[in-house]
Amino acid sequence: MKVPLNWLKDYVDVTLPPAALAERLTLAGFEVGELEVIGGSWNHVIIGQITAVNPHPNADRLRLATVDLGQEQETVVCGAPNLNTGDKIAFARVGARLVNPYNGKTEELKPAKIRGVVSSGMICSEKELGISDSHEGIMVLSAEATIGISLSDYMGDVVMDLDITPNRPDCLSVIGIAREAAALSGQSPHIPEIKYEETATPIEERISIEIADPDLCPRYCASLITDVKITESPPWMQERLIACGQRPINNIVDITNYVMLEYGQPLHSFDYHRIRGRKIIVRRAAEGEDFTTLDETERKLTGNMLTIADGEGTVAIAGVMGGLNSEVTENTTAILLEAASFNAASIHYTSHHLGLTSEASMRFERGISAGMTIPALKHATQLIAELGGGKVAKGIIDVYPGKQEPAPFLLTPGEVERIVGIKVSLKKMTEALTALSFDCQADARQIRVTAPYWRSDIRQAVDLIEEVARVIGYEQIPTTMLSDPLPRQNPDPVLSLNRKSRHVLVGHGFQEVMTYTLTSLEMLTNLVPERTPPEPMPIRVANPMTAEQEYLRPNLRANLLATLAANRRHEDGGIRLFELGKIYLHRENDLPTEPDVLCGILCGTRVEKTWLGGNGSFDFYDVKGVVEALLQHLDVTADFQKSSDAGLHPTRQAAIVIEDNGMKVKLGLIGELHPKVADAFEIAETVCLFEINVTTLLPFATGHEMYQAIPRFPGTIRDLALVVDANVTHQRVLEIIQSYPLVSEVVLFDVYSGKQVSPGKKSLAYRLVYQSPTHTLTDEEVNKVQAQILNRLSGELGATLRG
Amino acid sequence: MLEKVEEIKAEALKQLDGIDSVKDLESWRIYYLGKKSPLTQILRGLAALSIEERKTVGAAANRVKALLENSSAEKAKSLREVQLAAEAKEATFDISLPGRPWPVGHLHPITQTMEEMCDIFVSMGFQIVTGPDIEWDYYNFEALNIPAEHPARDTMSTSWVDTREGERQQLLRTHTTSVTARTLEKMEPPIRAIEPGRIYRYEASDATHVPMFHQIDGIAVDTGITMADLKGTLYEFSRRFFGEDRKVRFRVDYFPFVEPGVEMAIECIACHGSGCHLCSNSGWLEILGAGMTHPNVLRRGGIDPEVYTSFAFGIGVERPHMLRYGVDDIRLYFANDLRFLRQF
Repeated sequence: MKVPLNWLKDYVDVTLPPAALAERLTLAGFEVGELEVIGGSWNHVIIGQITAVNPHPNADRLRLATVDLGQEQETVVCGAPNLNTGDKIAFARVGARLVNPYNGKTEELKPAKIRGVVSSGMICSEKELGISDSHEGIMVLSAEATIGISLSDYMGDVVMDLDITPNRPDCLSVIGIAREAAALSGQSPHIPEIKYEETATPIEERISIEIADPDLCPRYCASLITDVKITESPPWMQERLIACGQRPINNIVDITNYVMLEYGQPLHSFDYHRIRGRKIIVRRAAEGEDFTTLDETERKLTGNMLTIADGEGTVAIAGVMGGLNSEVTENTTAILLEAASFNAASIHYTSHHLGLTSEASMRFERGISAGMTIPALKHATQLIAELGGGKVAKGIIDVYPGKQEPAPFLLTPGEVERIVGIKVSLKKMTEALTALSFDCQADARQIRVTAPYWRSDIRQAVDLIEEVARVIGYEQIPTTMLSDPLPRQNPDPVLSLNRKSRHVLVGHGFQEVMTYTLTSLEMLTNLVPERTPPEPMPIRVANPMTAEQEYLRPNLRANLLATLAANRRHEDGGIRLFELGKIYLHRENDLPTEPDVLCGILCGTRVEKTWLGGNGSFDFYDVKGVVEALLQHLDVTADFQKSSDAGLHPTRQAAIVIEDNGMKVKLGLIGELHPKVADAFEIAETVCLFEINVTTLLPFATGHEMYQAIPRFPGTIRDLALVVDANVTHQRVLEIIQSYPLVSEVVLFDVYSGKQVSPGKKSLAYRLVYQSPTHTLTDEEVNKVQAQILNRLSGELGATLRG
Repeated sequence: MLEKVEEIKAEALKQLDGIDSVKDLESWRIYYLGKKSPLTQILRGLAALSIEERKTVGAAANRVKALLENSSAEKAKSLREVQLAAEAKEATFDISLPGRPWPVGHLHPITQTMEEMCDIFVSMGFQIVTGPDIEWDYYNFEALNIPAEHPARDTMSTSWVDTREGERQQLLRTHTTSVTARTLEKMEPPIRAIEPGRIYRYEASDATHVPMFHQIDGIAVDTGITMADLKGTLYEFSRRFFGEDRKVRFRVDYFPFVEPGVEMAIECIACHGSGCHLCSNSGWLEILGAGMTHPNVLRRGGIDPEVYTSFAFGIGVERPHMLRYGVDDIRLYFANDLRFLRQF
């Protein structure tokens, strides 16, 4: 809402400098953006009067205008079509800084010779002065403008651009802001009295008004003005409208806009003679009805939308926009002026379903008070009578089925203190509220407060407490720390598991990323070699902004691979990425489940290439090592078992499984990405990946093993080089070795297949540590166990010692 | 035999004297003190000797063995000293060569900021609670005093879930205040909770808008909680997050779920209040919205507003980080370019 200070001064004596007033309003809830100074750049621009217009000797399109500037006269060359002797205009002297209408830049005016005639100065258009984009002709000022004074003294102004919160539609108006400015600076607003003569036939004899749907229209008021002349509105009104960002149209439209900006009440003017059947009915639209609005667009209405109808059909969409069929035109001679109150939710519904918002709908949907209709209607009627030369019909029609007596609220100092935290005396409370025009009846203990009619936002006593705090100023409230007993803490354990997992991975050199939880079907389809759509289908957003953000991610893999591919374009060497976040899985008749999932990716070289050399690229065993390290940090013991995830390499993948009371719980997966999937993401190298469902992991990651005593007796180290069939797994060898309690540690330190062993065989070399908690083992004891181990390995796995 | 022991001793000591490298010393040690050394062989052969000889030869061999062990240790020590002395004079060791690289990981800047913010509130007795990203209309709007067709809904463009005919409407929460609505239902006063999470808006991306970002809401409920406590809590947050000297301003603002409503701003980080492009010449940067929880909201959560008072606040996570580090495009956080992420 733009409020020019000169307009505001009509209703309140502004004593504060503009910046200070802006700050007071901002602190009190009406945030003022930048202060726009109109005329701040108008040095060397003064008001003149055209005294003569003569043809240019050398150019048909140019003329010579002689301008009276009070002390002197100037003759300048001008190309504008609207040069009329007697008009008051803005004259720029040499040295003025004006907007060049052709490039928009501000330039200094210099003396010029135009087609042989010297021209020292210029008659300005609105665009050249930076007032508007209009450059069709020169700006013509009001006849009352004083010749010789500077333009900024005449029409310079400061415009405040206020951000009005949705609860205060009454302040979408100059008077609304004036009331606030007055209350905040200890003044009283002075709202001019409205007076006009009613000379024409009583309105009741000319039209009837009926509200068929009073639930959506609590009040409908109308006046009638006949013998109206449609012209331009006067310059002062046009200037104010322009300052507020509105385009002047004609006197009637301008008056309705002007009064809306002044009072905050939207008005609508009908061409009375185009209202058929001399009646107005406020009613819901017929379902599917077509209606053409003022902007010449055909709209399809629904039965939930409120319309204004005449004897034959719809003439306006209530509170949103008028109809072309009843529009005021240059031939209009009688105006039926509407000021009504409509149900806020209904206007919001209509405006949003039609995709049609207007200054009127924006105000109505915020719930303006029914009390605002009459003052606005009367002032607009007065202005039409004055500026449109009309005769006002006797009386106004006021249909008011939704009338409600304002409910008073009781307010005590104790209640104010309970919320605000400071003692405010009854007297101070009364002063604060009275300044805002609240009616206060105080007794010794409490005040009975009735809100002024325009305050539709006051619904509970707590709303009054804000008013008191607002006027006193939030800066007067002290700052204290909470002093109530500390509530019991029961933090969700998944939060600390998430945090710990993140920190462990960062400690292992992983970079955390955060991707949009919305993704595309294409990305998800790329996750399997066959590129089939995901099964089940992920959750879809009904109104996606783009196809890239249409589905809620059912995994983190797709986004992470895309992140890897994007970074690969500029990043050499090894990339370690992870994300820990929610995935979204459909659930019948309920909100989706949102488990936390951890997904990590390794790609590229294990060690950066340096003068010390590198050592190969990441593979399956790197990602397995990371997961093992992570699980160790989280005190979780898990196995890796064969798995068959379609998106991963067919053999280089494993499920992470926990045995829990004989049940196998799958925590997630590790593996190398299927090469075809890597292709789909435009990645040309091995990608290693892990996925862990943190929500599944949680119950297994809450405990910690009991302490184990540090071994007191030294261990005996033995190496064991075995030859086994190539398909015998390390796991099977390990299980046999580890079944002997005296073996405290097993390290596989070499895996070999090649020339040194027979075809179809491989060699596995282990280092075993034998250790007893009770004594130092003798060679004989160790030899005996090692022989038993070898015996079982040979019997069960066909293992032989490597020669 | 005794002569042989003496011979071994003389030869061993003579050789030891000439040794000038650790490697040669090790070979010497294996030869004279290893399992197959001449002394070991003599000791093993003792059984064949007379008792008398056994005693003298055995003692002599053990004595020599001990002597050689000592001498070898001495030699090792002196060799180490020689080596150190040589290293001390070494001029070619280049300490400026890069170290062997250890991978360095980073938390995402938003995770870092959320952890920092949460830690501040946790230290003031708030506990972290979370709620679903996908919400019922009720918790996101209705329970927060924002009924259907309320204009406040327009300031939070909403993405809706594509539900089937007849199913209850689900949305992507537009603020973490939805968790406040759940917390009020679930917990009994006294309550102090913070609610970090992802939120969504149906908006096209540009330098200041993204469809998904982060927020931390907070709520405190008890008897005797006032706006002064709200100011104190938020001031303490600002002091710790933005710094001791950063001025703070509280002004009136409107959110349907609080009354009175508050907006907290901090003195502009770029211009320190004198007015610049960053703060639109106001000198202040809006940081968070807050207020005293609306009685309607408390009542919907099953809490009697006649008995309890409550404050609530909501702070964005991205913006404070952007302000602190001069990040000028919010999309950078979710583009995940490592050249950006690694800077934090």
